Amino acid sequence: MTLLETRDLTVRFGGHVAVDAVTCAFKAGELTAIVGPNGAGKTTYFNLISGQIPATAGEVLLVGKSLAGLSVSARARAGIGRAFQLTNLFPNLSVRENLRLVMQQKAGIGFAMFSTASAHRAVLERANEVLKTVRLAQKAEFLVKELSHGDQRKLEVGMLIALDPKVYMFDEPTAGMSADEAPVVLDLIRDLKARPDRAILLVEHKMDVIARLADRIIVLHNGALVDDGPPAEVIASDVVQEAYMGKALDLV
Amino acid sequence: MIGTLLSGDLPRSRILTALLVVIFLGLALAPFLFPGVRSVDTAARISIFIVLVASYDLLLGYAGIVSFAHTMFFGIGAYGVALTLQAMGRGWDAVLIGTLAGAGTAAAIALVIGLFSLRVRAIFFAMITLAVASAVGVLVSQLSGLTGGEDGLNIQIPRELTPAFKFGGELWGVKLNGKLLAYYLVFGTALVLFLLMLRIVNSPFGRTLLAVRENDFRAEAIGYPVVRYRTAATCLSAAIAALAGALYALWLRYVGPETVLSMELMIDILLMVVIGGMGTIWGAVIGATLFVIAQNYLQEVMGWASAATEGVPLLPNLLDPDRWLLWLGLLFVLSVYFFPAGIVGRLRAGKWNDPK
Ligand SMILES: Nc1ncnc2c1ncn2[C@@H]1O[C@H](COP(=O)(O)OP(=O)(O)OP(=O)(O)O)[C@@H](O)[C@H]1O
Ligand SMILES: [Mg+2]
Repeated sequence: MTLLETRDLTVRFGGHVAVDAVTCAFKAGELTAIVGPNGAGKTTYFNLISGQIPATAGEVLLVGKSLAGLSVSARARAGIGRAFQLTNLFPNLSVRENLRLVMQQKAGIGFAMFSTASAHRAVLERANEVLKTVRLAQKAEFLVKELSHGDQRKLEVGMLIALDPKVYMFDEPTAGMSADEAPVVLDLIRDLKARPDRAILLVEHKMDVIARLADRIIVLHNGALVDDGPPAEVIASDVVQEAYMGKALDLV
Repeated sequence: MIGTLLSGDLPRSRILTALLVVIFLGLALAPFLFPGVRSVDTAARISIFIVLVASYDLLLGYAGIVSFAHTMFFGIGAYGVALTLQAMGRGWDAVLIGTLAGAGTAAAIALVIGLFSLRVRAIFFAMITLAVASAVGVLVSQLSGLTGGEDGLNIQIPRELTPAFKFGGELWGVKLNGKLLAYYLVFGTALVLFLLMLRIVNSPFGRTLLAVRENDFRAEAIGYPVVRYRTAATCLSAAIAALAGALYALWLRYVGPETVLSMELMIDILLMVVIGGMGTIWGAVIGATLFVIAQNYLQEVMGWASAATEGVPLLPNLLDPDRWLLWLGLLFVLSVYFFPAGIVGRLRAGKWNDPK
């Protein structure tokens, strides 16, 4: 079943077309890797889907319904979830509170004023579960700004796991993580793949990671979708060899 | 029990706890501990300003919104009660209707300002509040037929709140009259409003405000409609400020632009928030208490100091009571310099802290 679809999705910044009429559908149970050189428009494509940037033309559909006019928060509640390329958390709140806030939103009690937050045990429990899932239970009381970069990346992914959207969008989730930390995050993403009712979009530069995780690869180049297919085929294709392998070879 | 009443938000510092207990007992027993018109008046002002400052901190410290319209909302509450009492006569019905009307009007104006300007950049909201507050100030001065203009209005409050109303003789040397009732009306209402705000800032809503203050972009991305939360905080804070204004009018039996609408008052509120500590409702208690006491008694203390240092060169001159404003300013600068997180922030970070 198609969960997410973009039709002729386009955005122009002045004269520069950052995303150029991208039409693409993402099915439940599928992990799609999005590749392309720096500046190809991958993050911008995500921004258009999650609503941070309004599209110049085209539309985004979630389970067949257009998201036009919906705010970022409304899209998040509807099932579009996003982890950011640059860590973007609540730095002066504790790790647990970051996750609790997500759970609190999902419980729909954000406007409750006359009960204490700690009285909502179920919300707290669910936050604690995600803490364990992302291996941050030991650091629950730390302020986010006190965490190492790697732990912040784990929490960044944890926020999305807590939100548990229909469509998961990961933007270079392991960027800047050390070789022994990155597998934790990649395992989490692999575990998500077991969910047949979720679609996962993953922007990633490392070809070995993509080859291991992806069911499908799409290639963006200068904002346009230039290739789309099973990993083995796409990696072997001329476009990727040309635009990408230089970079990928360095990493192997 | 106390934990529940305080919404689990304990002072978390022994010195702070001690200070708060002293302030609480001092205010609760003020008419008996410090009999005398002036000291009881100071206690009532402290009670009211704690509410006013806490309601501002809800906006500034928790939601991270800078507003210059807080005295306007305070004034709306004060004038609401005053005008209703004038129109309906000195009954409790008028007090109730006036108070609710004031709070309702304040919330409605806050809603309009919020919807118009909270979408845009924060500085825009601050500027709009400044413009609206000045406009309302001018309007109140101009509509002298209704509001008494610059002179303000003396108001007739229910007889039960005036010294003429007596119920029994004396208790521990204090006359049991309407003024005593008026004090406890102020103190009791302020206490309830304070505990209510303490609950609100520790509620899911309060936590969401903190998240919005910390990172509105991410709050939106995890599904919180940020503008709606900011607007709700603005309305709530305005309504509570108006309730404080209504109490102030009833206590003073007077309203006037100088007393409830002036920009100086706005600056006083800002100072009280900063001195006490932003982003903790307890800061309002410390900030308001210190400020009001300093404002009321610094001049006298300086008078004594000046007399005591007579003969020493320069000092008596520097300590002349006429220079009290200079010293008040100096005290603020020093306190902000040494306690950038406010007194509460400093005490909570101190080495005498209770563990979390
Ligand atoms: N808000 C914006 N205003 C103007 N130009 C923008 C904006 N956002 C992105 N761009 C431009 O759009 C192009 C695509 O950028 P984008 O960040 O989407 O690339 P990317 O594929 O995510 O690259 P990277 O691999 O480096 O993360 C770039 O040329 C960028 O400079
Ligand atoms: Mg990018």
